[in-house]
Amino acid sequence: MKNSKYFAYPYVLWMVFFIVAPLLLVVYYAFFNYGTGEFTLANFTQVFTDKDINYVLIFLRSVVLAVACTAICLLIGYPAAYFLADKKLKMPAVIVLLFIMPMWMNFLLRTYATMNILSGIPFLERLFMNNVWGVLLGMVYNYLPFMILPVYSVLSKMDPSYIEAASDLGASPRCTFTRVVFPLSLPGVVTGITMVFMPAVSTFAIATLIGGSKVTIIGDIIQRYFGKTSTWGIGSALSVVLLLFIIIGMLITNAVNMRDPARRKRGASGAVKKQTV
Amino acid sequence: MEENKLIELKGITKVFDETPVLDNIDLYIRQKEFITLLGPSGCGKTTTLRIIAGFEYPTAGTVLFDGADVSSVPPYKREVNTVFQKYALFPHMNVEDNIAFGLTLKHVPQDEIRQRVGQMLELIDLPGYNKRKVDSLSGGQQQRIAIARALINRPKVLLLDEPLGALDLKMRKEMQLELKSMQQQLGITFVYVTHDQEEALTMSDTIVVMAQGRIQQIGTPEMIYNEPKNGFVADFIGESNIIDGVMHADCDVYFGGARFECVDKGFAPDEPVDVVVRPEDIYLVEPDKGQISGRVISTTFKGVHYEMIVECDGYEWMIQDTTMREVGAEVGLFVRPFDIHIMKKSDVKLYSDEIYEEEFPDEAEEQDEEQ
Repeated sequence: MKNSKYFAYPYVLWMVFFIVAPLLLVVYYAFFNYGTGEFTLANFTQVFTDKDINYVLIFLRSVVLAVACTAICLLIGYPAAYFLADKKLKMPAVIVLLFIMPMWMNFLLRTYATMNILSGIPFLERLFMNNVWGVLLGMVYNYLPFMILPVYSVLSKMDPSYIEAASDLGASPRCTFTRVVFPLSLPGVVTGITMVFMPAVSTFAIATLIGGSKVTIIGDIIQRYFGKTSTWGIGSALSVVLLLFIIIGMLITNAVNMRDPARRKRGASGAVKKQTV
Repeated sequence: MEENKLIELKGITKVFDETPVLDNIDLYIRQKEFITLLGPSGCGKTTTLRIIAGFEYPTAGTVLFDGADVSSVPPYKREVNTVFQKYALFPHMNVEDNIAFGLTLKHVPQDEIRQRVGQMLELIDLPGYNKRKVDSLSGGQQQRIAIARALINRPKVLLLDEPLGALDLKMRKEMQLELKSMQQQLGITFVYVTHDQEEALTMSDTIVVMAQGRIQQIGTPEMIYNEPKNGFVADFIGESNIIDGVMHADCDVYFGGARFECVDKGFAPDEPVDVVVRPEDIYLVEPDKGQISGRVISTTFKGVHYEMIVECDGYEWMIQDTTMREVGAEVGLFVRPFDIHIMKKSDVKLYSDEIYEEEFPDEAEEQDEEQ
């Protein structure tokens, strides 16, 4: 279609107002004094040298938690997606629905529910309330569907004749998985990792509600700074640093994915687009 | 003859979700034979192939390989390899890794793998393609890679599931000849599935015609074409005029409004039969010199010949002739006795081997020799 570019205009408008402009604002607040409007690096200096709050530690904690959450989601989500993609499954749609149903509920509501379940059962409360394990549990609970769906999507579309061909050529079921199924599902895995890691590293509320005051992560700090207008500057500086972390994370994932020459053509970002649309 | 049987299917029945797909198939495949399973879609030919490969297990019956029961052996433990309809080359591997896949799994030394991959690429006429990406190749090239990937394992049997279906006509013809010469050169048994009767006739030593989950006829291409066992086979292989007739006595049949002399015997007096006459076996003559006469109602140029429809006495006959007759012309039709094929009225069961033997003992013997 010749004029299909016009169809993108509503989104361009949307992007300018709600993505580009806010991003520029955040950068502005990070680099310019809120009151006087002068250029300053004070916000960043404070982030890295603050005496009361160790932001570097909080950043590290957030990244480690997000990585752990992504790893656990992959370990639980891949087998689940593999099971869901089984062609012999009787009612796949219903079971897929069960897996994604938690996503229909509001994120905060879901987290409050998790908190209440955990604190309502003494055994679970001792294990998970007011500590880092509970925060991890809450994050995995929230982001697991984002791992399952893209992996499921790739696995269920995989031509079964690849599996048959591997088996025909002498590959045991285990070999078929490691040499054919898993490598072919990598685009879905990369999408899943991106879709879990990015929100997980910047998540808020989960840590406050389940981890209590013990576990502070970067999302909650940023939220706190934006609660008061006078501290937007430092909040913006933290956001910019977090953004850099996410960009670095994505570059690493893409680089790993691109290392395989067979996938270079499609590219990781291409796979992301395909899966999320 | 007995030790020659490499694969034997005994009483194979396959039911998918309560739908029977194969109904009591008995078949054996000899060593170094090029055997083709031929039939329309849904006839069970692919399922038969998949049962031999091990992708499906029969609901009932046994599969013997070299005399051993392999009915429940998984595919990766069978000494057969498959060429898939859509090639199924692994997209995350290059040509070399695809071809070497089977050998790598068997931990064959790297040097030997490299050498055998080289040989295979020579065989399929794609030397130097080692590092190419599979999706950069044409359909025909991908098909050759798929064949090489299977053959490098030196299987006793190569199974091919409509391997030329996705290629254009010219490429298909080339590959038919190439596959046939490859099979003769390597001395491997080929089991080939196709719905293309011409392909089957060109390549096969033996053709198995299937319909509705049953074997309709087994024989050499010549036998299948010249002596179809029933109306279905006659209809499916080549073009045919199939007409209701009555067998008055031995060698005396009535159809299309006239009595004809034929060569078939052994029917009950006045038994209703199916009469099959190939369009190229009908000769157009002067109206008063034929056995029946009629008027040409259509003429189509087909390249080598003209295809004409002649209406005689309410019946429409398809006739192929190199001389064109104008539409509306009065013509006589002449058929030689041995070009008239008489078949029992179609219930597929009637055409099982025992009855065939009773009806045509001479030909049944011939077929035994062939098999």
